[in-house]
Amino acid sequence: MRFEAAITPYLRPTTGVGAMMQEVTLSLVPAIVVYFFFFGFGILFNIVLCIVACVAFEALALMLRKQPVASTLGDFSVILTAVLLALALPTYLPIYVTLIACAAAVLLAKHAYGGIGYNPFNPAMVGYAFVLISFPIEMSSWLPPSLGDIDYVRPSVWERLHYVFTGGWPDSLTLDAVTRATPLDMVRNGMANSEMFAEIRINPIFGDFGGYGWEWLGNFLAVAGFWLLYRGIIRWHIPVAVLAGMLLPATVATMTTSGALPGPGFHLFSGATILAAFFIATDPVSAATSPRGRLIYGFGIGLIAWCIRSFGGYPDGFAFAVLLMNAAVPLIDRFTAPRIMGHER
Amino acid sequence: MTTAATEDLYRLPGGIRLPSFKEQSRGRPIVDIPVPPKLIIPLRQHAGEPAKPIVSVGDHVLTGQRIAEASGSFSAPVHASSSGIVTAIEHRPIADRHRQDAVCIEIETDGEDTRLPDLSPITNPFAETQQTLLAAIEAAGIVGLGGAAFPTVAKLRHAIDTSIDTLVLNGVECEPYISCDDALMCASAADILYGARILLTALDLPHCFVGVESDKPEAWEAFRSAAEIDADDRLQMVRIPTVYPSGGEDQLVYLMTGREVPTGGYPSDVGALVHNVGTAAAVANLALTGMPMISRIVTVTGDGVARPGNYRVRFGTPMADVAAAAGGYTESAKRLIMGGPMTGLALTSDALPVTKASNCLLFTGPAIQTSREPERPCIRCGECARICPVRLQPQQLYRAHQFEQGDTLDALGLIDCIECGCCDLVCPSHIPLTHSFRTAKQQRKLEVYERERASRAKERFEQRRARDEQRAQSESENLRALKDKASRDAIAEILARKQPNKSDDD
Repeated sequence: MRFEAAITPYLRPTTGVGAMMQEVTLSLVPAIVVYFFFFGFGILFNIVLCIVACVAFEALALMLRKQPVASTLGDFSVILTAVLLALALPTYLPIYVTLIACAAAVLLAKHAYGGIGYNPFNPAMVGYAFVLISFPIEMSSWLPPSLGDIDYVRPSVWERLHYVFTGGWPDSLTLDAVTRATPLDMVRNGMANSEMFAEIRINPIFGDFGGYGWEWLGNFLAVAGFWLLYRGIIRWHIPVAVLAGMLLPATVATMTTSGALPGPGFHLFSGATILAAFFIATDPVSAATSPRGRLIYGFGIGLIAWCIRSFGGYPDGFAFAVLLMNAAVPLIDRFTAPRIMGHER
Repeated sequence: MTTAATEDLYRLPGGIRLPSFKEQSRGRPIVDIPVPPKLIIPLRQHAGEPAKPIVSVGDHVLTGQRIAEASGSFSAPVHASSSGIVTAIEHRPIADRHRQDAVCIEIETDGEDTRLPDLSPITNPFAETQQTLLAAIEAAGIVGLGGAAFPTVAKLRHAIDTSIDTLVLNGVECEPYISCDDALMCASAADILYGARILLTALDLPHCFVGVESDKPEAWEAFRSAAEIDADDRLQMVRIPTVYPSGGEDQLVYLMTGREVPTGGYPSDVGALVHNVGTAAAVANLALTGMPMISRIVTVTGDGVARPGNYRVRFGTPMADVAAAAGGYTESAKRLIMGGPMTGLALTSDALPVTKASNCLLFTGPAIQTSREPERPCIRCGECARICPVRLQPQQLYRAHQFEQGDTLDALGLIDCIECGCCDLVCPSHIPLTHSFRTAKQQRKLEVYERERASRAKERFEQRRARDEQRAQSESENLRALKDKASRDAIAEILARKQPNKSDDD
């Protein structure tokens, strides 16, 4: 009798890229619901828009590169990129800015380098950084969470859509009237005016630790992150190192200045800290690959982000921190290779 | 005998917990498979040089009769597994990772199974000299029964030449599906320990670790209740955690002693000698009966056979006969794997004979993939590095292989890969990592060989050119000397001719 030839090992593999990416994406759903609850429908609109645009760009790139379209899209990575990008962008953003971010993420960061597995930089962060530099006003215009303060007029759904599709507010509203500084903006500007952190955080936009609403988003993202750790889809090194890189200097800073500078609690629950620690920095393709390397890589991201927040020109610095450490990955990998069994110590 | 708890062990980096699937073949008594009408006995059932036939076509041979002798020190003799007439001595296809065929002796069995009459057991092996015991082991054709089929006597002789202090008996059997060692340990624990004591005496070693995986409680109990346990305090049982690949030679030595086998080296480099429990049982069997190696226990398992189990099979029995004795094929017999599902060899035909290396015949089975998932690009998730038992970085090795960076492959420890297959299993991109490393190793060997050949050729060329130059130089010097001489002569002649003219003028 004849049998089929095969190569070792013959056991079925236990996992797949598509399943992994799907699970990461699904783990974000509770956080997205919280986001929607505090900040309105913009996030849902952005997610749908980013997914449609990113998938379209990826399909286009694959066709131009003469690669199989359907099976490659099946790895789900572009959908995860799209969702992460949507979570990073301001809740309401002119549609062309979102589209440009998607194009930069998929075409420039991913396919120009050869598609999944070959991109040295995190696609979502390239897309984000690209429009952050190109559209500074739009990218710093955040609508505040529903605080219930009386002097603030919330733009209606129609007015928001008007902004998204035209890039301008209706005549009855101005940019300054509808947007508010984010907590990180406020801390930044306050610090520039030599205010103490304790003074700054009296504003109702602050919650218990970080920004009101943002904290809850952070909680749910952290729960999702723990789930991924439990499932073994991400490993602990990068999240722990990112948080350590940001929270250690923050602790030192707030203690040495008697609370003039924001402490670890604020940093942890503001801006992109938790999203970056569990979901952005853990993108395996652009991260360091050995355990020791991942600790260095993650710590570098946290530290650079803290430096940018504290001394730099942007209120949050995770996109640049991630991209800078992405560039350092080959070097990190080179010097952190584990000792092979049977080789000299 | 003392027992060591798992906490005392060193921790293996990486490794993976695999579903065992051993229940399919475990728990039933070992059944003898009838002698087939035709035995095809390869002369290359072991690592090293093939044996040389010492019988001719038409000869009548008896069970246990030597039919081929070892050629050199790294070889093993081969014996007739049953009595009958030699009908052919020719190249036949064999089940071997490195070659397609080998010289085989075909025996048409007579059904009598007449044993060689003058088999001589070793009545008191502990009183025999080292040389006698080694010679007996060599003559019995005993080779490692773990799957690599390394000639046992070569291993022992090497151990004598180096400073060995520990004998390790490998009863770990960590690959899924395989249970032949388990069955042997349950049935013949005392024999195994007897064999271990013979080896200890022959090599004058102070102690022996017997490693049994924690998922084999029956085998553990069998050892504990064997009479041998109290008799010899050199024997020590060690419970090995059920993590693949704890049963790899280097891995087992590390688990037990914390000693790392140096890159490119053997366990003997760190003072350990590792033998499979089956090999120890074969030594004991030789001492007790005088019968050389003519059969082994083979796990026949998978969904592809009707009655999976452990069978005692004579060497040279075609696999088709083994499958028939195990109840025949079912519909799902798509794959035939000799060995385990992690490192075994997929065969395309069941006409191949069972050899000393055939520990398991796996006919498809749950979790055995019948088609490979499509491969995707590596996403550098690093899971392969996390589970690699030698702490390699398969993701980096794979990229270096893709871009054909030979020196990087060497630096990343390509030769240290034990081809255990763990990385393939956890790879979300379904990249055939192990296969590509095996290919890369061969390529690298070839490249190094080619480079050496090229450098030798270059050296020869340069030497020749240097010789040519030297020759040319000396020739031109001679020529110049001749020319000089010629011109001097000419001048002298002219001068000589002129001189008289001058004098004439005068």
